[in-house]
Amino acid sequence: MDGFGDIFGEALRLILAWDSDLIEIIGLSLRVTLTAVAISCVIGLPIGALVGAFSFPGRIAATVGLNALMGLPPVVVGLIAYLLLSASGPLGPLGLLYTPTAMVIAQTILVTPIVAALTRQVVEDLHREYAEQFSSLQVGPFDRVVALLWDARYSLLTVMLAGFGRAVSEVGAIIIVGGNINHVTRMMTTTIALETSKGNLQLALALGVVLLAIAVMVNAGVMALRASAVRAAYA
Amino acid sequence: MRANTAPGPLLRTRELCFDAGGRRLIDRVDADFQPHRRTVIMGANGAGKSLLLRLLHGLIQPTAGEVLWQGQPLDRAGRRGQAMVFQRPVMLRRSVIANLRFALAVRGMSRTERATREAAAIERARLSDLADRPARVLSGGEQQRLAVARALAGAPRALLLDEPTTSLDPASTHAIEQQIHEAHESGVTVVLVTHDIGQARRLGDDLIFLHAGRVVEAGPAPEVLDAPRSEAARAWREGRLYLGANDPS
Repeated sequence: MDGFGDIFGEALRLILAWDSDLIEIIGLSLRVTLTAVAISCVIGLPIGALVGAFSFPGRIAATVGLNALMGLPPVVVGLIAYLLLSASGPLGPLGLLYTPTAMVIAQTILVTPIVAALTRQVVEDLHREYAEQFSSLQVGPFDRVVALLWDARYSLLTVMLAGFGRAVSEVGAIIIVGGNINHVTRMMTTTIALETSKGNLQLALALGVVLLAIAVMVNAGVMALRASAVRAAYA
Repeated sequence: MRANTAPGPLLRTRELCFDAGGRRLIDRVDADFQPHRRTVIMGANGAGKSLLLRLLHGLIQPTAGEVLWQGQPLDRAGRRGQAMVFQRPVMLRRSVIANLRFALAVRGMSRTERATREAAAIERARLSDLADRPARVLSGGEQQRLAVARALAGAPRALLLDEPTTSLDPASTHAIEQQIHEAHESGVTVVLVTHDIGQARRLGDDLIFLHAGRVVEAGPAPEVLDAPRSEAARAWREGRLYLGANDPS
């Protein structure tokens, strides 16, 4: 077995050579992850805002439920998604199992509660500040939710970042519903797991480096955006 | 006790009570607020001034009694006829102009009407140069001027203000008082909570003095300020702590 230095050197060579397999895997990973995060935001942001801004019977239960769902075990989500999408499942006729769409569905199930629960907290804090003014202006429910989401937009970037972090690093659910099929559903995390088990540590490490680099770049971008918003007093 | 017994008050409270934590914080308050008049509400800390203002504006519901707007129980339409300015202005995380725009948009105004009113409001508040600045970086005085402008932009019939110049410097206080004065000149009924006797003299036509949630004195502002009849108002004016009817002082 090669030493760590040799493996790392080969991994860097793969990255710098812009290896086609590597690019395909990275591209699919980003496509699936960003789609899942976008769908999760479309669903989770309004749900979180509604729970955070309004009083209704069962609100505490809804809050507890959202918080609990943040810790959904990925393999359980994968299993449920598999049962839904398999040939005998209710969504079987759609033929989505072992496709990137199936992985998007699994990641969306995992990320939506995170986005909704964190949004609830952000919106609730902001609403505490705005509530009396909104009441004075007689702001309707729809306008209230839109205004809170807009005014909390820079804080919500961090929420989206948390969702992205969860999705991009996920392996348990997508390997069940995606099957880790070469050139079809092979993602960065599933490839790392597979190639490590096969002893192909160069490709696994190269993907690991790219995964870390993506995480760092996204975090840095969001932090810079948020810092500029704080300086301008919009956050 | 009535603040003013002239017929046709714009805003009126009848036997208004508010309880919280097992205590009666507003106790059978009867008060009339005549149209186009400026009524000042005064009293020591904890007397219930801000609470009364919130009840008048419908932000909280009374435990008993009622608030009447033009003779009818205060409802959504009645509340639309009012605007309120809080002691600490709440600025949305947007620009100055966007804060005004939001207040007008939620009233369902057309884009054209909004644009006209925004321009007029920001001009009156002398904030034109700051229109595109984030509202939260403005000074306290500028924020409060924006809050008053935002309240007036919707053309309310009554403007309720809860100690709007507390912690502001004299120049900012003067600017806010000027806005209130101009609003009154244009026909807006003003209800102002303040601790500032000078401000009460400058801005008050009528005065209601509260003690422990009750109206203990009401009448024309100069009369109440110059020759208070109640011990609570006298003690307050002289800077003495007054604890109630059994006060040993």
